Amino acid sequence: MTEKARGSVANGALPWMVVSPAVLWTLAFFAAPFIAMAVVSLTLHEGGGFSFANYQQFFSNPSYYQALVNSLEVTGIVTVVSILLAYPFAWILAEQIPERWQRLALILAVLPFWTSYVVRSYSWLLVLAEKGVVNNTLVQLGIIAEPIQLANTRFATVTGFVHFFVMLLTLTIFANLKQLSPSYRKAAADLGAGPLRTFLHIILPLTFPGIMVGAFLTFVLAIGDYITPQILGGNNELLMPQLIMLQIGRRGDFPLASALSILLMAVVTVAYIACARWLKIERA
Amino acid sequence: MKTLSWFRLGLRKLALSATALIGLALSPALAEDLNALVWCDHSDPNFLKPFEDATGIKVNVKEFEGTGAGLAILDQSQPGEWDVMVIDSIDVRRGVEKGLFEPLPEDKLPLGDLYPQVKLDQFTKIDGKRYGITEKFGYNTIGFNKSKVDPNDMQTLQSLVSDKYKGRIAIYDYYLPVMGMAALAAGKKTAELTEADLPAIKEVLLKMKANAKLVGEVTASQTALATGEVDILVGGGEWVTAGLSKENPALDFSIPKEGGILWSQSLAMLSASQKKDAALKFIQYVLSPEGQARLSTSSCYWGMPANQKAALSDEQKKVLRFDEQPDFLARAQLYPAPDEKLDKQMQDVWTEMLQAQ
Repeated sequence: MTEKARGSVANGALPWMVVSPAVLWTLAFFAAPFIAMAVVSLTLHEGGGFSFANYQQFFSNPSYYQALVNSLEVTGIVTVVSILLAYPFAWILAEQIPERWQRLALILAVLPFWTSYVVRSYSWLLVLAEKGVVNNTLVQLGIIAEPIQLANTRFATVTGFVHFFVMLLTLTIFANLKQLSPSYRKAAADLGAGPLRTFLHIILPLTFPGIMVGAFLTFVLAIGDYITPQILGGNNELLMPQLIMLQIGRRGDFPLASALSILLMAVVTVAYIACARWLKIERA
Repeated sequence: MKTLSWFRLGLRKLALSATALIGLALSPALAEDLNALVWCDHSDPNFLKPFEDATGIKVNVKEFEGTGAGLAILDQSQPGEWDVMVIDSIDVRRGVEKGLFEPLPEDKLPLGDLYPQVKLDQFTKIDGKRYGITEKFGYNTIGFNKSKVDPNDMQTLQSLVSDKYKGRIAIYDYYLPVMGMAALAAGKKTAELTEADLPAIKEVLLKMKANAKLVGEVTASQTALATGEVDILVGGGEWVTAGLSKENPALDFSIPKEGGILWSQSLAMLSASQKKDAALKFIQYVLSPEGQARLSTSSCYWGMPANQKAALSDEQKKVLRFDEQPDFLARAQLYPAPDEKLDKQMQDVWTEMLQAQ
């Protein structure tokens, strides 16, 4: 083999050597467990053997598929509300706060991330309780005569989620806004566009990637979260993660829990495909 | 020179560390380790430390909730990794069927001191061999705030489905005991439940749900009762109210005229354990009067000690209503112990109740 040929082989092997740790990691800690979970989902809790019974059970039992409907509704509301709150927040941070204060403002914005997720959820439970800050304030202001049930409801679950995900979306949208060149606005103004038209036709479309990345992360993290609905929702309705946990707690029905997890993962995959197409992430 | 002195200093540190390690290895305090799969009440240092100090056996605990989760941990562990396990008494059989548990030497355990009604031999003994021993018990019944509700109303399960307490109820999130209570409310015996009883149980459950503000696990339901978010806890009992009695003496529990559900937790020894002597010592400690007193008043939750000779103070006995136990036990019914098929059907009814709006 000539030196040139040896060099060519080395050059060809190099990229594989570089990516092989990541590939091995993904195979060992994602692909293999996923395949194992898929296989387990096709077995039966009692009696063994391969079967689609776990999947059939999901689609034939209204209480089961209602959990998926609930999850989609809650996650959809959380994503939309978080975007509506995060966008103006990110815009104020990027456009209205002087550059030298932006770092501090960002730190303040992400402060909720620094506390324990569980502690934060229990804190919301106390804030929304019958004798909590919100009810007391509303009663004292005369807006309501009697305390209303806020804790242990879907509203509480959505509030807990939104509190967390507004911060996440703010970061992705803020990063996107900061990358926009001021020349876009100047060009739009030169062509006679007002601030609203510039925002709707120039700024908003250009910040869609930031919105969609944040929205996708919000969707994925919220739909798979067990803690928030469990603590704040008061189990007054079941979401998919709670339904999965219910199969494991006492009965240890891992086949059914695996099937439910696969279905949840399929939903996330569909969401990813939808977002990826919209954002034209593929390089085909 | 400087390099040499750093080298010497390094050597000295190494020698000191090695000496310390050898010293630690020889120390009686670390003579042996015991790995225990437990519920949260066993993690209280006030419960574990006296045993560790007396025997030199360090107890490493791992908490779990639910038999399914506990058995899954054992499935994923190396044989011999765990030495003892806490388990619902009704589920001892599940561990035995998987070949996980070691028969316990009855002659080395204070079985004669246990309340006869909580030995539950039908669940803890298989083919004449004892695989589990009840260590703590109590009742899933009605926990309530007596300053907010009429205690007389709490003498019947029918109050839980009446409009009078609408929106003032929390339901403990565990289907077996609460469905047992629903069965009692429907006039059924928990030891004789069949598939045919499920419609009546479901009807009661749905009425309870309509009255309930939340369905919560231990912490959530305890918090709801303690903070006044609700006044009644379906499935509550001394395990909720006793530990909070100092902060909130108005919290109490009743065994209604229809009865309450007897819960009990057992200790089992793992057959693959390499430290069976140490495991037995631990089980003997837990069942001793001192161990029983500490376990029953654990910081995680209180419960009745299985051993009638538990060294509880008068105050602790009063809070646990120790003297009323013979009457309570006479009126309590067995924890539902369904077979696999009925268990699944019960869980599906429970799921339906949770989803009901």
